[in-house]
Amino acid sequence: MLKIEHIWKTFNVGTVNEKTALQDLSLELNEGDFVTVIGGNGAGKSTMLNATAGVWPVDEGKIFIGGVDVTRLPEHKRAAYLGRVFQDPMIGTAANMQIQENLALASRRGTFRFLKSGITRAEREAYHEKLKVLELGLEERMTSKVGLLSGGQRQALTLLMATLKKPKLLLLDEHTAALDPKTAAKVLDVTERIVMRDHLTTLMITHNMKDAIAHGNRLIMMYEGNIIYDVSGEEKKKLKVADLLAKFEQASGGAFANDRMMLT
Amino acid sequence: MEIIKFLNTLPGACAQGLIWGIMAIGVYITYKVLDLADLTVDGTMATGGAVCVMLMLQGHSAGFSLLVAVGAGMLAGLATGILHTVMGIPAILAGILTQLGLYSVNLRIMGGRANQSIGVDQYDLLVSLRWVRDVPFYQNPIFVTVIFVICLIAVLYWFFGTELGCSIRATGCNEHMSRAQGINTNTSKILGLVLSNGIVALSSGLFAQYQGFADVNMGRGAIVIGLAAVIIGQVVFGKIRGNFAFKLFSVVLGSIIYYFVLQIVMKFGLDTNDLKLIAAVIVTIFLAIPYLKAKYFAKPVKRGGASHA
Repeated sequence: MLKIEHIWKTFNVGTVNEKTALQDLSLELNEGDFVTVIGGNGAGKSTMLNATAGVWPVDEGKIFIGGVDVTRLPEHKRAAYLGRVFQDPMIGTAANMQIQENLALASRRGTFRFLKSGITRAEREAYHEKLKVLELGLEERMTSKVGLLSGGQRQALTLLMATLKKPKLLLLDEHTAALDPKTAAKVLDVTERIVMRDHLTTLMITHNMKDAIAHGNRLIMMYEGNIIYDVSGEEKKKLKVADLLAKFEQASGGAFANDRMMLT
Repeated sequence: MEIIKFLNTLPGACAQGLIWGIMAIGVYITYKVLDLADLTVDGTMATGGAVCVMLMLQGHSAGFSLLVAVGAGMLAGLATGILHTVMGIPAILAGILTQLGLYSVNLRIMGGRANQSIGVDQYDLLVSLRWVRDVPFYQNPIFVTVIFVICLIAVLYWFFGTELGCSIRATGCNEHMSRAQGINTNTSKILGLVLSNGIVALSSGLFAQYQGFADVNMGRGAIVIGLAAVIIGQVVFGKIRGNFAFKLFSVVLGSIIYYFVLQIVMKFGLDTNDLKLIAAVIVTIFLAIPYLKAKYFAKPVKRGGASHA
């Protein structure tokens, strides 16, 4: 479903802040794969997701989604294939617009927008049902402005928007990191349910090793812009946090205690 | 006698407020919906009038001339839009550049003259300040402009409910989200600027007819008046919950209030030369009110908020 071939990305070229965030990264996801991504700060996790989403072009390499070469497509065109949820709850939704309007925007992802109605009566009824899945009571507040919702509610809504029109690939960029533990667990639970229900091919970045182990059928660990560990199936199920820590220490030469702290 | 003289000026102020209210709707689209400060307006507010008057002087009908004026305004908006999106120039600067360039363009349009007049007796105008009183109601500029305002708001209300309109609103609200949902934010911005400047040019064309001439300086400070109308509308009617059409309507009311305030201030011995200063002061006051109110006059909220009071 997703094929990343030898991509490179360097930021701030020629300045003291020059950083090669992705180094010859390759990754292939099969249809229905639910992959969790872990790694320390600056490992290139978000950069990989943003490269896939087309936030900026990569320096080298190619990216295919569902067999289509999207390497040169701009962000808004790639959106047709992607569902995205961001770390910051403010980014995924339009605060000044109603809940139902946000959903209507998302349902038109990948279509040509012209002078047809921005939201129809039939859509409203459909959204009412879809919102029930979140179990947040949002279906009774469909005309409320999204800005009135809490961070957790906004993330849940963004998730629904990302999956409203079945994406070829769902990108979750630490989408529970900014939430309190209880809300984070709830949003993660909804994520799991929706991904399983729709058999979505998913890339989920997380800082929480337990979550990375508990969810998905495959886990990858990143370090300095590349994948250093890729485990799936039975082997992943048996994985423990201690194993991951050991792996990480081994890869980084044990020198980066701070990074290790960030992972736990 | 003074009071009667003052009351006599009110219909004129109202008509002027309505016409400039149309321009303010244009400003609202960029400033509020698209979240861009577009200074092209100062140029477009002369371009529309210039095109309209020149075409009418050549014998074209008022309606056709207005339509072409709107088109000219849209082109100005397109220029700013391209400067901003394709060339990556910050919106304010892009607007200033277009506005500066438009000054020369406007002079060219008017055949190299700083102003061109159009007599109400020789030409079939839609609105004129000579018709504020003692004419059948359908000739009254207040009536005519109210029709324009209602039609414009109706069209905009419909448009911003369409898929295209929604994508412009989304772009103004959250660019990240818009792109993630497949919206080309550059196209949205250009469209918004084109629409906005088209509306401003419509207002300009009407205003040139109303005052009986187009002037290369008639748009100077237009953006300030537009912002004034938007902000006055917001300060005065912000408490009332209303839909998008109501918000546009409150912008027009804000513009009328602005011209009433201007009339009142003029009663205190100030003349037209002081207008720009007065405009700046009025806008400053209305801009500062919400901030100062929140900072110095906010009542402490009772524990648990209003629901526990």
